[in-house]
Order: sequence, then C-alpha cells, then structure tokens
Amino acid sequence: MIKAATTVPPAGVIEGYRHVAPLIDRDGATATVDTTGVYFQQLNETVRGLIGEGVTTVRIEGVNGQRYIGAGLRTPGVRIEVLGCAGNDTAMFMDGPEIEVFGNAQDGVGNTMSSGRVVVHGDAGDVLGYGMRGGRVYIEGDVGYRVGIHMKAYEKNVPVLVCGGKARDFFGEYMAGGMLVLLGMNARDEAQPIAGGFLGAGMHGGVIYVRGAVEPWQCGAEVGIAEATDDDMAELRPVIEDYAQALGLDAAEILSAPFTRIAPMSHRPYAKLYASM
Amino acid sequence: MAYDLGRYDGFAPEHYREESPFKIHGGCGLMGICDESGALMSGEEPIKAMAVQRDRGNGLGGGFAGYGIYPEFPDHYCFHMMYHDLKAKDEAEEVLGAHFLIEVAEPMPTRTVKGIKDAPLLWRYFMMPHEHLIDEAEVTAEDFVVNVVMLINSRVDGAFVASSGKNMGAFKGVGYPEEIGHYFRLEDYAGHTWVGHNRFPTNTPGWWGGAHPFTLLDWSIVHNGEISSYGINARYLEQFGYVCSLGTDTEVAAYLFDLLLRRHKLPVELACKVLASPLWDEIDRMGADDAALMRSLRAVYGPAMLNGPFAIVLGFNGGMVALNDRIKLRPLVAARSGSKLMVASEESAIRTVLASPDELWTPKAGEPVIARVEGMDLPFHSQLHVTPAEISCAVTAVDACHELEVAV
Repeated sequence: MIKAATTVPPAGVIEGYRHVAPLIDRDGATATVDTTGVYFQQLNETVRGLIGEGVTTVRIEGVNGQRYIGAGLRTPGVRIEVLGCAGNDTAMFMDGPEIEVFGNAQDGVGNTMSSGRVVVHGDAGDVLGYGMRGGRVYIEGDVGYRVGIHMKAYEKNVPVLVCGGKARDFFGEYMAGGMLVLLGMNARDEAQPIAGGFLGAGMHGGVIYVRGAVEPWQCGAEVGIAEATDDDMAELRPVIEDYAQALGLDAAEILSAPFTRIAPMSHRPYAKLYASM
Repeated sequence: MAYDLGRYDGFAPEHYREESPFKIHGGCGLMGICDESGALMSGEEPIKAMAVQRDRGNGLGGGFAGYGIYPEFPDHYCFHMMYHDLKAKDEAEEVLGAHFLIEVAEPMPTRTVKGIKDAPLLWRYFMMPHEHLIDEAEVTAEDFVVNVVMLINSRVDGAFVASSGKNMGAFKGVGYPEEIGHYFRLEDYAGHTWVGHNRFPTNTPGWWGGAHPFTLLDWSIVHNGEISSYGINARYLEQFGYVCSLGTDTEVAAYLFDLLLRRHKLPVELACKVLASPLWDEIDRMGADDAALMRSLRAVYGPAMLNGPFAIVLGFNGGMVALNDRIKLRPLVAARSGSKLMVASEESAIRTVLASPDELWTPKAGEPVIARVEGMDLPFHSQLHVTPAEISCAVTAVDACHELEVAV
C-alpha cells in the first residue's frame, strides 16, 4: 500500500471565498470594509447597503479577485477604494461613482460603463473598457488584449480611456466613439512595442492617441495615421492633465513627446462591402 | 504502431460513447505550478488556486495532476483507472495483466465529500510492462503503454484510463475542483509540479472521464477554450495511431504534444509554434531564417495547428508549459516567486498561493511560459537551434514514415 496521511487532513473542503458578510468599520460617511476571503456577492451587497445608508467613501481592504466591484452602481459622488487585486468586470455598467484601485485589475474593467471614473495604480487585463459609453478609466501600467474594443459615444457621453504602459493586440478594435490614449511609459517590458497588431482594426468612430509612433503594420486597414496637430493637442492636454493628477504623475513629462493620432478614414468603412446594389 | 484491437472485439465502449457523443466546449479555469528546484508542494496548493477560481466552472468537472507524487514507485507505470462497473474492471484488468506485471492494485484513497456523488470505481495500479511483449512488438516502452491506453479507452466498455505515467497521477471527476481535490485526499500527496482545472462544460454533460486533465504517459493537459480544429487534428493524429475516443477537443492537444515532443522530438518552443502558429503577416516580418523555419513548420504541420480560443497548461515529469492561442482569446497570467513558476486564469489564484510574487506578467499570445525542474531529464530536446531542413527530417524520419505505412 502507498503510505498515506503525511499531513494533517483538513477539516473540510478548502474554500476560495467564504459566504459571510465582510467586517465593517464605519465612521460617519466613511466606511472601511475588510473583505479578506469574502465572496463577491456578500461584499457587493455590503457596499450597496452602506451607500444606501449614506456612506460616500467605502474603502475595501483585502481584495483578491472579487468580481463586479462597483458594478451597476448609479450613485454619483460615491468613492470606492480597492486595496488589492480587483476582480473581473470591476465597474461594469457603472454610472457615476469613482473607483480607485491600489493594485492590479483583472479582465473586463469598465465593461459597458456609462459614467464615473476608474483609476488603477497598476496593470489592467484584457477587454478593458469593452463597449464603454461614458466616463473615464485611467490605468497607470500595462494593459492586455482588446482594450477599448467597441467603445462608443453619443452626444455628451464621450468615454475616455488612458493607459500609461503598453498594450497588446486589438487596441481600439471596432471603436465607434470616444478617446483612447496609450502612453507606453513605465512599461514592464522595454523591448515590447507600444501596441500589438490590429490597432484600430474595424474602427469607424472616435480617436486614438499614441505617445510616440506606431508602424503602419500595427494598424487596421480602416484608419489614418498622422502626427497630432495643435488642435489635437488642445483636445488631449486636459485629459492628460486630469490623468496625471489622478495618478500623481507629471503631465508636462507625458506631454513632452510628440503624439500620433489614429482615426478612421471613413465612418462607414464597410459601406462598399454591403450597400449600393 | 499496430494495435491488436481484434482480441477485444467484445468490449465496445458504448456506455461512455452515449454520455459523451460530441466534442466538449468550455469556458473554464486553470492553474499550473512548478518548483524548479524540485522541492515538493502539498496537493493543497493547487486546490487553493482552483478554489478561488470556483466561479469559472459550474461543478461539472474538476481535476488535478501531480508530478513526483509516487517516490516509492518512481520507475513503475501508474495507471489511475475509472470503472463504470465490476465487469468493466474485470475486462480492463485482463488487458492490464496481459501487458504488465502488476506490482500493486488498490482502490484510490478517497473520502466522503458533500457534493461528490455517483463516482465510478476508482483504482490505481503500479506496473512494469512485460519486456518480451515490447521486444516482440518492436516498439518503445512508451509506445507499448500508449497502445494499452488506446486499447482500453476505445475498446473496453465502461473503463477509462485517467492517467498512465510514471511518478505522476491525475485526480479528476464531476464536482468543483476543491471538492474533487478533497475527495481524492490531495493533501496526502506532494509534488514538484501540479496542474489544476475547473470545468464549465457547455455542449455535453459533465462526466468523470471528461473532466480535465487529459493525460497520456507523463503528459497532462488542462485547457480553457475550444479547439475548433478538432476534426482535422483528430484525423491527422489517427494517421499516427492515436485513437480520439473521449469525445472532447482537449484530448487532441495531449496527443499532439506527445507526437511532437516525444516521437518527433521537436524542441518545445517549436512544438508551441506548431500548435499556435504565428500569423502569415507576422512571419513575413521575421528575419529570413526564422521566417523559413516558421513557413516550414506551417507547411509540414498544418493539420496539427490548434485553431480557436485556448489557454492550456501541459504538465510533465520535469516541468510544465503554458500556452495561449495566437490572438489571446482566453486569459492567462504568470508569476515567479523564488524557484516557483506559476500560471493561472486569474491573478487572484496566483496571489492566493504566492502572496507577493517577485514578478507577475501576462504572457504574450502564442508564446509559451516554460518551467523546468532542475536536474531532471526532460522528455524532449531543450535547445531552440533547428533549421528548416532538420524540421523536415524530424517529420520524415523512420519513426513517422513507419507509422504512415502501418496506417495505410
């Protein structure tokens, strides 16, 4: 027989998260929530409950992968601080609040977000800002694949997404509106190009600004690549200043290099493909 | 490789065929960890990594594979078996006994766990192949073992080989991975390399044999995604004697790695370029030598390319390889902490096991993350210095040509 029981058997099944309420330390309109090992459902119910009771600043400690933080919240003026690794779909469908993440964020941050602001002091994963339709997302570090895919704008709802590091393939794919900014600063990998391939592939609205240059092979067939003009910089400067202020960075340094503007050559790139019989 | 299928015509595996008639799609969670120093980790570590990714699955499949877990029998082939009933056990044991000297046959150690039910009969065997049969068949010991695995999986109704390597084993079934790990008492095992999986089957029912990892010899594969090229991959593998009998797409990834690494002896970096080929326009931008090599690989191994979204981890005795599809349609995060290299679908899983990693990154699509245990012989060539001509030689070598003749 194979020898068994070299360690003390656990009392039960190992749990990733426990289905218990997080610990709350409330001080007037501010509350600190310890969510170490707590399931996302109990965490998010607690956050909603606190906001319902008039709390305007919720500081969440011990976050490690809990999903949907701030998802669907329609409460402007509320601030949520996330300490740890924010889980998938942070700020999904969010409409109003501000979320600041002190750590990395996983995939899908700002998914279909309507308004408000997300600031991440770290890296963010894939499909960041997917279908964003308003608000701002500021990432200090690198971002993954398919960032800003399907972003769109309508009247005064113009989403803005700024990435401080480098991006992978499909940045701004199918983009229909809003502004994507890629800075390529403080990236993990010096050798990696600032963006991967398929940049702006299928893009038919909005604008992408890249600090420095991109090669034509990196871009989709539907976009034009040009050096940013003074008018472009007038549009970009306040965004960079706000970004730098949110992350404690130097706006002048960010703006010290030339930017490239990438925008669709036509708002209906496939008109010839499907129309005019 | 000529399989002696005729002897076992009475054992048609109808039972599992009915349960799993289609390929299986999934949106799952996975992990892999390797201590490159060779130090052993408790089986609780992979459980922790999978428990935090519980929501990536739906309780219809969980599993693990561990390496270095049977130091008492390092040179024996260990078969982890699943049996639908005693008849299947008797028939499979007849096959095993005909091919191997069975040193130990015992039930898998398990415990009662809430949520785990309808388990098949679970047995394990430590065995040495009969040398004279290997000599008679004029095959390698590994091919001999592969023959037996294919024979049981395709011909013995209600019997399924969960794993068939040395000093390793797969522990899998229907349930959440943390429940499966607890059920199989993984805390009693210690390994230098572990892979884990959480399944979200969408097209077919979950069944015990359909949980990941899928294994063959020392190889184990956990997979998140869907291999859209399953049909062409399976037809290609059949030419080399592999029988895709488990009704799932992941199976082909395990057999392709076995073909490319063990039999064609490709360096693992190139095997990964076969499975996740660079796009043609990427190849056009490469230097002349690299471009020629990649064109050669795509030309020779076109039917071995895995199309569709995937993140996979390949475990073996001596390390692991993690790989994404070439346009990164499934998540994968990697980290290093001292001598430990870890990958997972989510950063949270890594941080559960490695509290503050020295380095944490997201691998580039199609570029493998490779961990190698120091001092262990690797089951494949380790140097990436191969010319296009050498690639062609590897593929048209006697081994492969012989297989093709037999298949015809």
